[in-house]
Amino acid sequence: MTELKKDLFKRLEPKEYVTQELISNEDPKFFRDAYRRFKKNKGAHIALFMIIGILSLAAFGPLIGGHVYNEVTTQHINLPPRVPFIENLGILNGMRDNVNIYLQKGFNDVYYWFGADGLGRDLWVRVWMGTRISFLVAFVAVLIDVIIGISYGLVSGYFGGKVDMIMQRFVEIISGIPNLVVVILLVLILKPGLQSIIFALMITGWISMSRVVRSQVLKLKELEFVLAARTLGATSFVIILKEILPNIVGQIIVMTMFSIPSAIFYESFLAFVGLGLQPPLASLGVLISTGYQSLLIYPHMVIFPVTVLSLLMLSFNLVADGLRDAFDPKMKGF
Amino acid sequence: MFKYITRRMFWSIVTLFTILILLFLLLQFLPGTPFNDEKLSETSKALLNAKYGLDQPFFSRFGIYMKNILTEFDFGISLSIQRNWMVKNIVLPRLGISIRIGLQALALGTSMGIVLGVLSASKKNTWVDTLATLIAIIGVSIPSYVFALLLSYVFGFRIPIFSIIFNFNDPIKSSILPTIALSMFVMAQVTRFLRTELIEVLGSDYIRLVEAKGVSKFKVIYRHGLRNALISVITILGPLTVTLLTGSLVVEKVYAVPGIGSLLVNGILTNDYNVIVMIAFVYSALYITMNLFVDILYGIIDPRIRVAKGA
Repeated sequence: MTELKKDLFKRLEPKEYVTQELISNEDPKFFRDAYRRFKKNKGAHIALFMIIGILSLAAFGPLIGGHVYNEVTTQHINLPPRVPFIENLGILNGMRDNVNIYLQKGFNDVYYWFGADGLGRDLWVRVWMGTRISFLVAFVAVLIDVIIGISYGLVSGYFGGKVDMIMQRFVEIISGIPNLVVVILLVLILKPGLQSIIFALMITGWISMSRVVRSQVLKLKELEFVLAARTLGATSFVIILKEILPNIVGQIIVMTMFSIPSAIFYESFLAFVGLGLQPPLASLGVLISTGYQSLLIYPHMVIFPVTVLSLLMLSFNLVADGLRDAFDPKMKGF
Repeated sequence: MFKYITRRMFWSIVTLFTILILLFLLLQFLPGTPFNDEKLSETSKALLNAKYGLDQPFFSRFGIYMKNILTEFDFGISLSIQRNWMVKNIVLPRLGISIRIGLQALALGTSMGIVLGVLSASKKNTWVDTLATLIAIIGVSIPSYVFALLLSYVFGFRIPIFSIIFNFNDPIKSSILPTIALSMFVMAQVTRFLRTELIEVLGSDYIRLVEAKGVSKFKVIYRHGLRNALISVITILGPLTVTLLTGSLVVEKVYAVPGIGSLLVNGILTNDYNVIVMIAFVYSALYITMNLFVDILYGIIDPRIRVAKGA
């Protein structure tokens, strides 16, 4: 039997010790797998292209079409949609009740692709400017509640005990109040406008994210690799950031995608009940709520914004569904 | 069980109380005075101020506000919709129609959702499943007011079967379109949830045992599968109530239904704060009651929940 001499053992420098234990915290296979599963989902794939299409139209649409945002032309009030070339196919040809309004009024060279509204403003430009607002509201609101939701869930789940108890009672009370009530009251106090809508969505949106993150953290923190990290002397901050967060990236992405359509919906809903952006600014919701008052006579004022809004919501939901199935086939109920 | 119910009730009451405090604070933040009618004399202004305690310091005002609400359900007077009427006399008579349409939508949506959910789960990965999933995703994505506008344009204007706006002489027929518009989201959510749940249940061991015993497929799904899957569907009733409340606002506005949703929209448009506050409170109370009901029901049906949540 060989003697175990002291010089067989050597003390590691702290730096060496970290490199030995370093585990790549993102398994590249995980994302490749998820992407492969996502690719199989045809609906989600089409929806992704739809979102890209709507996004580019929102970006470049207002530049084409030959009209300027908020330009009022009194003679052109309520003109129906008319698009060059397509008009020859029998649709979008400026007809209303079998009369070509454009020719009747003598506007032979005037084209309003989506028609004009009650003040003679071009709806094509207004719809895409409105879509920009929807995207803006969605991304800012989502960005902020992702940050709040993730940190709240991480802290509450990781520290557990009393901290968790107090934080969860708080969530319980907040989630006991219907979002609708909170959003309406906040927008009323802060005066309707873009900032107050975003602020209201931010206050209500983080709850579900924090719940998902918390439940994942509760599961993960009991696992061996977290225990190992703790034994090696990693601080709570490092464990949360390096060990736990990378493991819940999938769920976070899925939850984020689900909260985008919800933010878009709330913005258009607020506009519909009169708490949206104030004129002359237009969002899709504002266009729908002003257009619906003359729905029976001028349906074109509602059809285009409603179609864009519905396609946008549908696409985001489809992509979110696809991502959920790709990242975590077992996750459900959201 | 008793401990679990009392604990849930306690937290519901705490939440309701928090909402009342928030609503009171909201009224403090708003500028101006509620009694700015020029016809009011100084004495009647003073009387009104004394009645609602507006001449008192902050905490006494809070006390009086709470007392008025808790003892007489008095949220003050309407400022613009029906000037100087008690808010409760405006809101309460309109509550019935809103609740009725909401419950109808819940019933219709849930039953259609169960049918679609069972169909798509039992015929998994066939065209039936694809169709049901498609209907469900459309129902989840498209806002209820879009459905309301579409239905009123098609069935109220193009094919005039129903009236476009609510007809007081025929409240049953007039409530059909609003009910359908509101029920779409419920149907879609129930379908989606039931599908995943039922597929999981149908894959479990006890179902395989029942199948091995030679029980017919119909019986397997309805007697053994659906019953177990439906238990978890109860949990989404709470979130569904929120969407019904939200939807009621816009759908009632589209069809001019004389309920509290359209009243709230009116209140917002005319800055009638007392009306807004009372309806906000009624909405919160409805939501909290629904959540409490769901939790207790679930606790009775599934003993595991009591143990996990009641500790």
